Amino acid sequence: MKSAVIVFPASNCDRDMATALHKISGVKPAMVWHGDSTLPDDLDLIALPGGFSYGDYLRSGAMAAQSPIMREVMKAAERGVKVLGVCNGFQILTEAGLLPGALMRNAGLKFVCRDVELKVENAETAYTSHYAAGQDITVPVAHHDGNYFADDATLDRLEGEGQVVFRYVNNPNGSRRDIAGIVNEKGNVLGMMPHPERLIEPAHGGTDGRALFESIIASLK
Amino acid sequence: MKAKVYVTLKNGVLDPQGKAIAGALHGLGFDAVEDVRQGKLIELEIKETDAEKAKSQIDEMCRKLLANTVIENYRIELA
Repeated sequence: MKSAVIVFPASNCDRDMATALHKISGVKPAMVWHGDSTLPDDLDLIALPGGFSYGDYLRSGAMAAQSPIMREVMKAAERGVKVLGVCNGFQILTEAGLLPGALMRNAGLKFVCRDVELKVENAETAYTSHYAAGQDITVPVAHHDGNYFADDATLDRLEGEGQVVFRYVNNPNGSRRDIAGIVNEKGNVLGMMPHPERLIEPAHGGTDGRALFESIIASLK
Repeated sequence: MKAKVYVTLKNGVLDPQGKAIAGALHGLGFDAVEDVRQGKLIELEIKETDAEKAKSQIDEMCRKLLANTVIENYRIELA
C-alpha cells in the first residue's frame, strides 16, 4: 500500500500515523509537507494526522484546509484515492468541505483525553470491513474540539446513507447523534475523532485500531 | 481601508463557552444576565479604495476562511 502522511505546521500525530502505516502495511509512507504543491504518484491512501495545525488559530483545521497541498489532496479524493483524517485531520476534512458538518468545542468545555468505547455502525466501508457490524471497540481520544455538528437534514442523510461509521457509546464531547466518525458518499474519505493509530499493538494496551488499517489494505486487493 | 468582520455562531448552535461566561458573570453578582453568546472580531486593513470592491473581497474572505458557514454567520463593517 502506497501511502502519504501530510504534515502541517504543528501536526503532532504524524509520526504515530506513519509508524502504524509502516508496521501494518510493511511499506513506509511518504511524509509530505503542507506547503508542497505535488503529492507522490499512485497513492492508495492519504492520511491527515492529529495535532494542533496552525495552533488551532481561527478554528481548528481552518487554515490547514487551505494549504497548498490540500488542492492536490482534494483532486486525489475526487479521483477516488482514500483519504483518512484523524482528529485534527477530521477537522481539516470538514473545513475543506470533503466531509459535511463541523467540529466544535467540546460541550463540556474540557479537553478530553481517555479511552472511549465506540460502536462500529457500518462494517461495510473500505475502512471497517475487518470489524464486525455493531462491534464494540475501545480507542483513545484526545481533543478539545471534537463536538460534531451538522444540521438535521444533513444528519438524517448521513444516517440514511450509512455514512455514520463510528458512534460513541458514552458521548464524551456532545457530538450530535453521538457521531465519532463518518465517511463521504463515495466511501473513500473517512474522518474520525478517535485515534486508531494509537491502538495497533499489545504494548499500546489494545489492538482495536489495527483492523481499520487492515481493512484499507484488504480493500486494495 | 479598514474593515471589521464580526463572526458569530448561528442560532441553534450550542455555545458552551457563552454559557460558561454567563455562569462566571452570575458568580460576580450580575444576576440580570439571561444569556451570553460569544463571537469573534477580525480587523482587516486592505489596500483598496473602492468600497464595493473591498466589500466583495472581504465577503469572499469570510466565505473561504474567516467564517465557517456551517456554524457561523458574519457581518462586515467598512470604516
